[in-house]
Amino acid sequence: MTIFYLLLLFMIIAAIIAVETKDLLSSVICVGAIGVGSSLMFLFMCAPDIAITQIVVEVLSLIILIRATIARDLTFITGDREFFGTVVSVVIIFVIFLAGMKVLQTLPDFGTPKFAEVKGSPSQIYIENGLKDTGAANLVSAIILDYRGYDTLGEATVLFTSILGATVILRAQSRKLMDEPDK
Amino acid sequence: MEQEQQNSNTMQTGKISNGTKGMTVIVKTVSSWVKVLIFLFGINIVLFGHLTPGGGFAGGVILASSYVLLMLAFGREFVEENLPLPLASKLDCLGAFMFALVAILGIVLGGSFFLNFLYQKYLPGQPLHLVSAGIIPLANIAIGLKVGASLFLITLMLSISCKGRECRFE
Repeated sequence: MTIFYLLLLFMIIAAIIAVETKDLLSSVICVGAIGVGSSLMFLFMCAPDIAITQIVVEVLSLIILIRATIARDLTFITGDREFFGTVVSVVIIFVIFLAGMKVLQTLPDFGTPKFAEVKGSPSQIYIENGLKDTGAANLVSAIILDYRGYDTLGEATVLFTSILGATVILRAQSRKLMDEPDK
Repeated sequence: MEQEQQNSNTMQTGKISNGTKGMTVIVKTVSSWVKVLIFLFGINIVLFGHLTPGGGFAGGVILASSYVLLMLAFGREFVEENLPLPLASKLDCLGAFMFALVAILGIVLGGSFFLNFLYQKYLPGQPLHLVSAGIIPLANIAIGLKVGASLFLITLMLSISCKGRECRFE
C-alpha cells in the first residue's frame, strides 16, 4: 500500500509544479509526469489494459503539446494573479474537499466490492460465464466487444465524428495560411 | 566544401533522404530500424486482443505513433508521400465501416444486432488459441485500423497548419 502513497505524492508535487511554474515547457513536461504516475497506479491496481492505453495516449498527446509549445514565440507566462479570484476558488475547493471526505468514508475497502456478495449481479455473471459465453480469455475484451458491444459502437462513432470535425477546422486554417491552389 | 560534405553524407547513408530536413543522421538511422518493431508490436497488441491485455484502442494508438516517429525524424514531406492524406482518411472510413459491417452481419446471419455469430454458430475454436472468441478479433482489427488512421490524420493536419509561423520540427 505504500507504493500508492508514494505515487500519489509524486503526482501531487508534479501537479503543483505544473500550475505554479512560469515556463510553459516545464509545465507540459510535468503534465506528462502526472500521466506516467497515473499509468503506474493503474498497473499496481492490477488493471493492465488501462495502463497500456494510458501510457500510449499520454506519450502521443505529449508530443503534440510539446510541438505546439515550441512553435509559439513567447514561452513564458507573464502577468500577476488577481486576489479576489484566488480567494473564491480556494474557498470553493475547500468546501468540496470537506464534502468529499465525508462521502468517501462510506465507500467499502479496496478489493472487496459490495456487488460481489449479491448473487445475481451482472459483474458476477460476467466473471463466471465469460469464458463459456464468448470464448475470450481476456475478460475486458469480452465485456466491451461482446456483452456491451453497442457501447463500443457508440464510442467509435464519437471518435469518428470528432476526428471529422477537427479535420474540417484544421483544413480551412491551413488553406488560408498556405495560399496555394487546392489539389 | 560544405555541399560536397553533404553530398558524401547522403551517398554513404544510401536510402536516407537529404540531410537538410529533419534530424541528424544518428536519429534517422536508428528510427528507420525501430519503426518496424513499433509497428509489429502494435499489430501484436491488436491481433491478440482477446488473449492478452490491450485490444483495439491501445494497439491503434501504437500503430499511429510509429508514423509519428517517422514524422519527427524525417520531416513531414517524407511521410506524406509514403502515406498521403486522402489514403489515410480512406483507411479511417474503412475501419469504421468494417466495424458496422461486423455488427450488421449479426442480424443477417444470426438473430440480433452484434450477435457473436462466429462463436455460436460457425467457428467456435478452442479457448486460449488465436482462432477463438468469434467476432472479437475482427472487431479489434477494425477498431485498431480506425484509431491508428485517425490519430495519424490529426498529427499530420496539426503539422500542416504549423507552416505559416516558424516551426522548428517540420
